[in-house]
Amino acid sequence: MLEPSAQPYSEPSPSEPAGSEPLNLEQALANLTHSDVSLRYYAAWWLGKFAAGEPRVVDALILALSDEADRTEMGGYPLRRNAARALGKLGDRRAVPALLHCLDCSDFYVREAAAQSLGMLGDPVCIPALLRFLEGGVEANQMVSGRPHLAQPAEAAMEALESLQATEAVPLIEPFLNHPVQRVQHAAARAMYVLTQTPAYGERLVLALSDADLKLRRSLLLDLGASGYLLGADVIAHAAVESSFKIIALKSLLESHFKQLGAVTLSSPAKRVMALMDALL
Amino acid sequence: MIVTKAASASELIQSVEQADSPSRLIAAVRALADACLEAGIPTLISVLGYNNPEAAVIAVDGLIQLGKVAVPALLEQLDDYNYGARAYSFRALAAIADPRAIDVLLNAAEADFAPSVRRAAAKGLGNLDWSQLPADQRRAAQDRALKALLHISTDADWAIRYAAVVGLQGLAEFALGQSPAALSLPTDWMSPIGDRFEQMAKADADLAVRARVAVAQQQLEDSHENTT
Repeated sequence: MLEPSAQPYSEPSPSEPAGSEPLNLEQALANLTHSDVSLRYYAAWWLGKFAAGEPRVVDALILALSDEADRTEMGGYPLRRNAARALGKLGDRRAVPALLHCLDCSDFYVREAAAQSLGMLGDPVCIPALLRFLEGGVEANQMVSGRPHLAQPAEAAMEALESLQATEAVPLIEPFLNHPVQRVQHAAARAMYVLTQTPAYGERLVLALSDADLKLRRSLLLDLGASGYLLGADVIAHAAVESSFKIIALKSLLESHFKQLGAVTLSSPAKRVMALMDALL
Repeated sequence: MIVTKAASASELIQSVEQADSPSRLIAAVRALADACLEAGIPTLISVLGYNNPEAAVIAVDGLIQLGKVAVPALLEQLDDYNYGARAYSFRALAAIADPRAIDVLLNAAEADFAPSVRRAAAKGLGNLDWSQLPADQRRAAQDRALKALLHISTDADWAIRYAAVVGLQGLAEFALGQSPAALSLPTDWMSPIGDRFEQMAKADADLAVRARVAVAQQQLEDSHENTT
């Protein structure tokens, strides 16, 4: 059993299909083309989590990105979503062209997963394609009626552009600070801080914490963590959120900071973050 | 005086037990914790399982204030079913640092299924107040703590490894703080801890763990300079 509070990502781990054996690598690869599509879906998730990025795993997942068999009632492509997520985790840039292709998929969640994974793979070739998701500004990117998401995966695109250090995205991201959806505003503030290192954007996340509900507080903590805005450390440590969540956010804060610096340095703000983590153990 | 205190203890306990809203519960727990009464210990421990994090944190602080006297009840009342409650108990035990908790801490640090419990226990193991143990039992207890912490410093979960580093630093600091007469102790200890830190500083998969090792190495160096 996992502690629920230690799971910061919205995407739940799929449960093993009933009656199936625990997987190993060979089994998971075989299941990726199994006649039972639920086994394919689980296998793709399993490979992203447990495989080490062997070329044949990456090849099989790239093939799964054009799967036509696993469809939802609304026309979505569940297997493609999981395969796209897995490819981001496996870190092989050979997946970039196929993921770029997924940015045009009719399924929002495939586009979102592909954008996230492209950010993780870190190949700047995808920057222009990601910028396209932001080009219409706030107006072109409202909530789709009856669905829990925007027209385009703007949050995922901003996050990917931020990890690609795409400073040319700044003018396109800025308008999203005024998006009607708070989560989107926060994603914009976080990307703006990472790309410009202007403290005002970090402070915006800090301020937003004070009148957010629990769910939004959790997502803000993760945004603050990913921003690397070290002055946010105390606010994270004292937020009314479960300790496991705060530890994860502080770790992410510290590591984002080191990555932005390109080195592990024991400055006093960095040591402060660790002292706060120690106290939460 | 004793009579009033006893009366007020049962009133304070009752108002925790009868609180009918989260805000009343928090206020009642705060009043009970602030009173620092031995009679309130079992109630403060039950609060850890109420699924109200704010009240639980106040209760943990109250138990820490009470100190050693709360240890037997904390050990007795460990909640086997509610890992949240258990993690709070281990935070209290870790902070009180009474070595009577060592067996329970060792067991939890190595084998509890809840990461939050393991983290609290690992940190606690390194910071026990060894001076409370009779000299003839001290060394064996410390060796067990060292062995357990070295073992979990290779755990798959980064946060467990991080907590192990904090625990190992605590053990090393205790060793360094010993009188020169006990210098055989530090040399025995420092080398496995130092070696493990060297490996982790270079090879740990998580930057945050590597950074925490570097802080431990730096702080140990500073303490070493101050003692020699």
